[in-house]
Formats: sequence, structure tokens, C-alpha cells
Amino acid sequence: MKSQTDGNAAEVTQHYKVAFSLRRFARTNSPQLGILGVFLTLWIIFIISAPKTFLSSQIYYAFMSTIPFFAILAIPLTIVVIAKEMDLSFPSIMAMGMVAFSFTYNETAFIGNTTIQVFLGIIAALIAGAIIGWINGFIIVRFGIPSLVVTIGTQFFWRGAVLVLTSGANFTLIYIKSTIFYPMLVGKIGGYFPMQMVWLIVITILGWVLLNRHRFGAHIYLIGDNINSAELMGINTGRTRIRAFMLIGLISAFAGLLYSFYVAYFWPSLGDGYLLSTLASVFLGGTSVFGGTGTILGTFLGAFIIGAIEAATVAIGLTGFWTQLIYGFIIVLSVIMHTYLRKRGE
Amino acid sequence: MEEYRLELKNVSKSFGEVKALENVNFQLGQNEIVGLLGDNGAGKSTLIKIITGYYQPTSGEIYFNGKKVERLSVPKARELGVETVFQERALAELQTLWRNIFLGREICNPLGFLDIQQMRDETHRLMTQSMGFTSQAVSPDSRVGRYSGGEKQGVAIVRALFFDAEIIILDEPTMGLSLKETAKLVNFVNGIKEAGKAAIFIDHNILHVYNVADRVVVIDRGRVAGEFLTKNIGLNELMDKMVRVAETGSLS
Repeated sequence: MKSQTDGNAAEVTQHYKVAFSLRRFARTNSPQLGILGVFLTLWIIFIISAPKTFLSSQIYYAFMSTIPFFAILAIPLTIVVIAKEMDLSFPSIMAMGMVAFSFTYNETAFIGNTTIQVFLGIIAALIAGAIIGWINGFIIVRFGIPSLVVTIGTQFFWRGAVLVLTSGANFTLIYIKSTIFYPMLVGKIGGYFPMQMVWLIVITILGWVLLNRHRFGAHIYLIGDNINSAELMGINTGRTRIRAFMLIGLISAFAGLLYSFYVAYFWPSLGDGYLLSTLASVFLGGTSVFGGTGTILGTFLGAFIIGAIEAATVAIGLTGFWTQLIYGFIIVLSVIMHTYLRKRGE
Repeated sequence: MEEYRLELKNVSKSFGEVKALENVNFQLGQNEIVGLLGDNGAGKSTLIKIITGYYQPTSGEIYFNGKKVERLSVPKARELGVETVFQERALAELQTLWRNIFLGREICNPLGFLDIQQMRDETHRLMTQSMGFTSQAVSPDSRVGRYSGGEKQGVAIVRALFFDAEIIILDEPTMGLSLKETAKLVNFVNGIKEAGKAAIFIDHNILHVYNVADRVVVIDRGRVAGEFLTKNIGLNELMDKMVRVAETGSLS
């Protein structure tokens, strides 16, 4: 690249532009449009079958306070899956981050200031998450073991570590309510709008920028598409993948903090229930398990579909037993739709 | 005398007992297209992999622009301006053209944020000026997976040219190409010559090599069996010689 690019840049005065064409727009954005279609269709079905519930604002506040906990995880997981990798260990990382939090909180008791102690605990949790992510990535890259296999192992390992370190005990975090971090992380703006939703929006935007406007994201797409080409063209595929795992580790620890602060309680099983909903959000959103394609917006909508189905099933008048059946139906249908759209888009 | 862009002196490479290359002397001029001919297993690939730094020679010396280079590695070879158009082309087929052109060398600011507009502009300029693509299907935002074999090859070559390559190695570039696409490829290679760069062209097809190369080097059983300037030898004569080499292992 060197000087040549700069020299040529000056000559290119006329920017390359294409006239807007609806067909081209539809083709290049087909995954997002597909999932948007599913989202709107389901939403209309919900409104028609349970207008009372879905036309009141209450249910939306409820969605915004519960969905972000796993939607936040789905954003970095999307990046990992686009790179043709997989991470199943993030629920354990959530819990492990909280162990780091409470250890740090207890060990800094000599400071005698709850706010400072909680602040140090938060930092410790985030660092622990990033380090565990690094370990995942390092094992995967260094030994060339498929990430699915490695993270099944580390998933058990870190859950086990949590159980050993806490002796399986759950405990209260009520003290966090007196610090500024409680309203910052899980408070309600104006008494309505949940802060976890704000964090989800922030992380979604950051994830989008990283994936679409940064070299890191460009390399993620290339690695997922064809790792040999990426390697031949000089991309450090190992380092990039390790960073992706560090990112999901970091965000997992953050999601663990959010949830634990929300309930002001620590459970050693923290995160266990989120594994499948997070994975489903990513695949529902149109990210391909074969790597190289996927979008943040798709995942964002996917998470809200997953989160809304449970409430909708009950509101429509079906028993809770129907939830999983409907989940399964919508996920399978959407994945078929995405595969079809991808084939047409190529 | 002008220095060679690349020179190998007495290069040998053994894999255990097997001698893949024996005392090979090879030169590449500043603005020369050299065709490398030889049967499967003759040692062409080994020679290329030594030049690109993938293999270390067992013995012998490598000179770039008259300067001896010790322990040539892949990154070092790239720094010295060696670009390879690989047999498998090294493209990411689900990605757009501009992402492929700038694969691994994205234009970005010091913080790593991409300058997408500039990359699309450059891609558009390269396409219309260097590649001569006029087809509507080939825009900076189209996916490379939809291109024909020749178009893909064109992308790989233009990419090599754009990044200040001094020596372009084309490894079996006509494989799987149609006649029309092969003609296009020949144009690309002539473009390398016009740009004042050097190239090494490896192919099974004598005709293709003969058409584009200034000089042909014949390799057989790990040794240079002979070399000819294409302007001094007819195609038929060259073919006869190749057959003789295949049968007897020597040109005379």
C-alpha cells in the first residue's frame, strides 16, 4: 500500500456512487430485511391475537428490562460466529465474573467505602471475563482445536470453578443498592425506561461499528469466509480470533454484573438459562453457522423475537407448555428462510 | 549491467532423502516475464515456495536487487515486493469486491477505523482502468463469489499490482479458465510488463507461457534443463524440446 494509495487518493476526486435501486438494496440487505419481515409479522400476529397486552406500553417496558440480559451476549457472539467460531462458555464466564466481583469486594473491605469496593469489583469482573476469553482463544488458536469442543470443556471448567470457589452458596448483593452503580447499570430512567436497555443499545452500536467500520470487523468477516485466503494475505488470524473471544468474555462478565445487580443476588448457576436463547438470537438473526456472513441488526431483532415469544404465548391464551414448541417452529422456519435468501443473494 | 530483480545462486532443497532442487541458478530481470515450464514434480512449486519464503533452501543464496537476503520468510518476501497470485486465488467469496481488493491491507486511520469510501473509490478506479471490467455485475459492492473464473483471477492480479508488487508470481493462473478468460489473463500479464514490473509465470500449457513470457526456463527433475528467449525460438521447436526433455531428461 505505502505511498501509492495516498498519491492516488488525490486523483480520485469523483466519488464512486451508484444510483439508488430498490432491487439492489433488497439484495444486499436481504438478511436484515428477512428478519425484519419475520419480526413485523410476528408482532402483528401478537397484536391481533392479544391486543390488550400488546397495545399497552407495560409489556414493552417488561421486554426492555429482561431481554437485554441475553441480547447483550448475543452481540459479541455474533462476531464470534461470523468468524466461524463458537463459544458455549459464556454463561459460565458470567458467573465467574461475579465470583471475581465478590472476591474483590470482600478482600477490599479494609477500604471501608462500599462505592469504591463495588467499583473495584466491577473492574475485577470485567478483567476476569477478558482473561477467560483470552484463555479460550489461546487454546483454540494454539492447539488448533475446534472452538465448539474447547468451549464445551471450558464451560464445565469455569462453572466448576464457580461452585468450588463459592462452595455452591448463593448470597445477597444488597449492598450494591446504596452505590451509584445500581442506578447506572439497572436503574430506570424517569421511573420507566430500564438502564439495561440503554446498555444494550450502546453495546449494539459499538458492536456494529466494530464489525462494519473497523479493521477488526473486516478481518472477522474474511476469516470466517476463508481463513486460508486471510492467512495468505497476511491477516493475523490467530490474534484476531483471540480478540473476538476476549470480547465475548468481557461482555459476558458485564452481562453477569447487570443481571446480578438487577436481582441484587448471586446465584452460582448464573447464566445457565441464557445459553440457548442467546444462540437462538444469533441464528434467528441470520448469521450463518458457516461463517463470513451475519449482521448485528439481525441479532438484535432476533433477541427481541425470542424474548417476546414467551410472553406472547401466555398472552394469546396458550399455556406455557406451548412456548418451546413455538420457539422451535420459528427458529427452524427462520433458518430455512435465511438459507434461501443467502442462496439468492450470492 | 543492470542488476537482476531476483537471483538464485546454486539453490538446492532436499526433503530428507529426496532432492527436490539441485544447484538451481535462476535470474529474473527488472522488467521481465519469465515462464517456468516443467512436468508435475519437476520442482516448480518448490522453487516458487523458496522465492516466497515459505521454504528455506537447504543450500544456496538468494539475491534481491543484487543484495543477498538471509533467511527469507513469507513476511520478508512480501516486504521485498513479492506478490503471489495463488492457484486458489486467495479470495473471500462471500465478501464484496472492495473488501477483497484490500484484503488484509485495509485503508484505515491510526485507530483502525476503515475509510470505506476511499476503498470503494479506488476499487472502482482499478476496475475500470486496470481490469477493464465494464460489466454491471462487477461493482465494488458485488460479491466476488458470483464472478467468473477469469474475473476472479483478474481481481487477484490487480490486487497484486495495486500494492506495489515488484515481482508477481502467477501459479497456474489459467487453470479452469475459459478461452476468452485466458485471453484476458494474457492481457493482465502484459499489463504487468507495461507497469515495469517483473513476473514469473507457471503453467502446464506451453502455448500460454510462450505467448506472454520473454524467457522460458525449463525445469526437469530438480534441475534447470535449459532456458530460451522466446524471440529466438519458435513454438514448435520449443514443444519438440519439451518432449525430448520429458523423455530423456536433457535437451540435446
